Amino acid sequence: MTGPGTAVGLLASALAVTGADGAQGGGLRATQGQVLEWPTLVPLPVLVPLVAAGLALALARHRRAQAAVSTVALAVVLLTAVAMLVAVQDVGTLVVTVGGWPAGVGISLVADQLSTLMLSVSSAVTLGVLVYSVAQGAADGDDGAPVAIFHPTYLVLSAGVSNAFLSGDLFNLYVGFEMLLAASFVLLTLGGTGARIRAGSTYVVVSLASSLVFLVAIALVYAATGTVNLAQLPERLDALPDGVRLTLHLSLLVAFGIKAAVFPLSAWLPDSYPTAPAPVTAVFAGLLTKVGVYAIIRTQTLLFPEGRLDDVLLVVALATMLFGILGAVAQSDIKRLLSFTLVSHIGYMVFGIAVGSVMGLASAIFYVIHHITVQTTLFLVLGLVERRGGTTSMDHLGGVAKISPLLGVLFFVPAMNLAGIPPLSGFLGKAGLVQAGVADGGVLPLVLVGGSVLTSLLTLYAVAKAWNRAFWSRPATVDREEATRAHDEDVPDAATTLSGVGEVQQRRGAVERAQGGSVLAPEEGERPAAAGALTGMAVDQDQVPVDMTRVPRGMVAPTAALVVLGLSLTVLAGPLLRVAEDSALELLQRRPYVQAVLGPAAADRVSSTTRAEGLLGGGR
Amino acid sequence: MSPALALVAVVFVLVATGVYLVLERSLTRVLVGVILLSNGINVLFLVASGRAGAPALVGSAPAGEMSDPLPQAMVLTAIVITLGLTAFLLAMAYRSWQLHGHDEVQDDVEDRQIRSRAGRDETSGSYDPDDEETPVEERSEDARRAHASPAPADARPAGSADARSAGSADARSAGRAERREQRGTARSAERRARGRGERP
Repeated sequence: MTGPGTAVGLLASALAVTGADGAQGGGLRATQGQVLEWPTLVPLPVLVPLVAAGLALALARHRRAQAAVSTVALAVVLLTAVAMLVAVQDVGTLVVTVGGWPAGVGISLVADQLSTLMLSVSSAVTLGVLVYSVAQGAADGDDGAPVAIFHPTYLVLSAGVSNAFLSGDLFNLYVGFEMLLAASFVLLTLGGTGARIRAGSTYVVVSLASSLVFLVAIALVYAATGTVNLAQLPERLDALPDGVRLTLHLSLLVAFGIKAAVFPLSAWLPDSYPTAPAPVTAVFAGLLTKVGVYAIIRTQTLLFPEGRLDDVLLVVALATMLFGILGAVAQSDIKRLLSFTLVSHIGYMVFGIAVGSVMGLASAIFYVIHHITVQTTLFLVLGLVERRGGTTSMDHLGGVAKISPLLGVLFFVPAMNLAGIPPLSGFLGKAGLVQAGVADGGVLPLVLVGGSVLTSLLTLYAVAKAWNRAFWSRPATVDREEATRAHDEDVPDAATTLSGVGEVQQRRGAVERAQGGSVLAPEEGERPAAAGALTGMAVDQDQVPVDMTRVPRGMVAPTAALVVLGLSLTVLAGPLLRVAEDSALELLQRRPYVQAVLGPAAADRVSSTTRAEGLLGGGR
Repeated sequence: MSPALALVAVVFVLVATGVYLVLERSLTRVLVGVILLSNGINVLFLVASGRAGAPALVGSAPAGEMSDPLPQAMVLTAIVITLGLTAFLLAMAYRSWQLHGHDEVQDDVEDRQIRSRAGRDETSGSYDPDDEETPVEERSEDARRAHASPAPADARPAGSADARSAGSADARSAGRAERREQRGTARSAERRARGRGERP
């Protein structure tokens, strides 16, 4: 086990390097006289996972060392993010210009309240999913499978997400996107099974298209303003003629809209996500679309604050909510159902952004945080359900809550949270959005308020249906014992979900075959073991097929931790909303960001939004 | 800043052909399309950097005559990224060919199922007969079968709510027959396509 030691050594050296960077660059601005230079921390969430990714690749043959390296790396990222979140409250926005080049020529990394908040939540979720997948790999004994690539890729994904959140210029944002996309391509097609290649082709082509649109937008922005630095852009964009501004604004929004899966650009998501291994789907659902939402927030506040496209965004948000949730209602596979709710709930965030008041923006930020946690948790739980029941199709599942009450609780809490049942954070976020819409008073926001309430109800319907059919109903339709036997014959060594090779389809096929072959409604007397296990009668553990009972603790623990994190968002909603409100205010004022990067002289030339001025007094 | 017209024309041609190819179903063509597109966009960056000037090396020319080095740096980065993604796309197209004998982007399985169900006017898989009846504990096979053929109104998509009235029943069955026909042709086309695909 040389892994952790080496990792720590490398981390130390990375710290030293970035420390030098911070001192050279503009990082001193905020923190003179401190023992530890806070800006030193800023590049770490990008550097540490990248270094660890290389290390993990080198350690490909040593599973445990690899797992240790990635866990340590992501834990460091989480600690850094939380430390930065705290520091930003104290000392203001942290800025590092990489390599000491002046801002505008070099790349600046900026950690303001929004960035650090997003970074903290996302790294917590990433770490949770990593622990889950390590446990899954350990439980399945997947030595020699092609998943050696999993850890390095996952770390690159994490670095890409961090880079996107911290990026202080458009082109670096693009690089961050590409990092996470390239990693996500690999993760989505792990194992290269037919289904994953099919899903992957759609995903890859759509993502490439969005990247190209983004690249065009960057080229146009550069042609129009001569810079891609997010702090220099506000002043120069303000000076442009209206038509040019609109073109740039639209092209950026389209690029980010594809990433965030906003309605007309969202069809790729439910097609591609559900086929991936459970942890991968979970982390995609939690993070990737939210990076797009984050970019939209930046575009709408920092770059184009006058809100010319707000009405378009409102309509699009409504369509996203409704079309997404109607899709979810129609699904019979829970994974697909959740992919549709994912799309649908992006609509809430866009709604908040489009309303554009402090309240709306703060609620949108809070909702992003809530949704990252909840959606990831739900997909992780589904991974457990799939292990236990062999499928995630509602047609074949039944009585999961009786077989495993723990799984029932783990699913129920985040599902209700997603639907927005009152005390939970989902409700608080939605309530904030509704309040912001009503406060705005316009016709369109009011329609959106209605739409969001309807969507919330339909979400409740969709998840309640999943709950009823998969968790509560009597499992009369599937003969599990048979299914397992067929499964065991088909797949000699219980292949891991990560290593793939058609396993999911085979398993699903086996379940269907078993279902077709046996009587659909078995008498309880006929198959005592299976029926007993499913209806919760006392059954000797040995009689139940091994595959069904084995839900490793290592996988349950991170899932439970994320459920608790989701609940703690409810408990900590007060402070969190305050931070979200602060960051919303900071975003709408624009000046703090510019001042942190370029200094007060440049900030004086940037007007803060009229909306922010108006809301400074009345918004709270 | 006065961009060269030739460059703009090059961008136009590359992007136009690229978009055309990306819209194809075959991954290989998509790949070529992506390459053309990204090259077009790289040239667009050159347009964005303004008029051509002296090389941007310190001391080789007065600073005012140098061309803008920043877009060049970006283009370099973009080229590297495109290279990586091209490799990945190529690998994926190859894998798709290995698995299916062709490299065409396929329709989503579930989508196809839902479409064919709609064609047959069947209840969706997520439709639960128990929802309608008094909450019976046992869901018997008979109940399922009874519900399977005449689709209850609730199970159909929201748009067909008006079809509940008895008068439209005939229209519905006519539509069903028509759809069945369409499905037949679609299926034979699919079979033909499959036959073509499994050449190797």
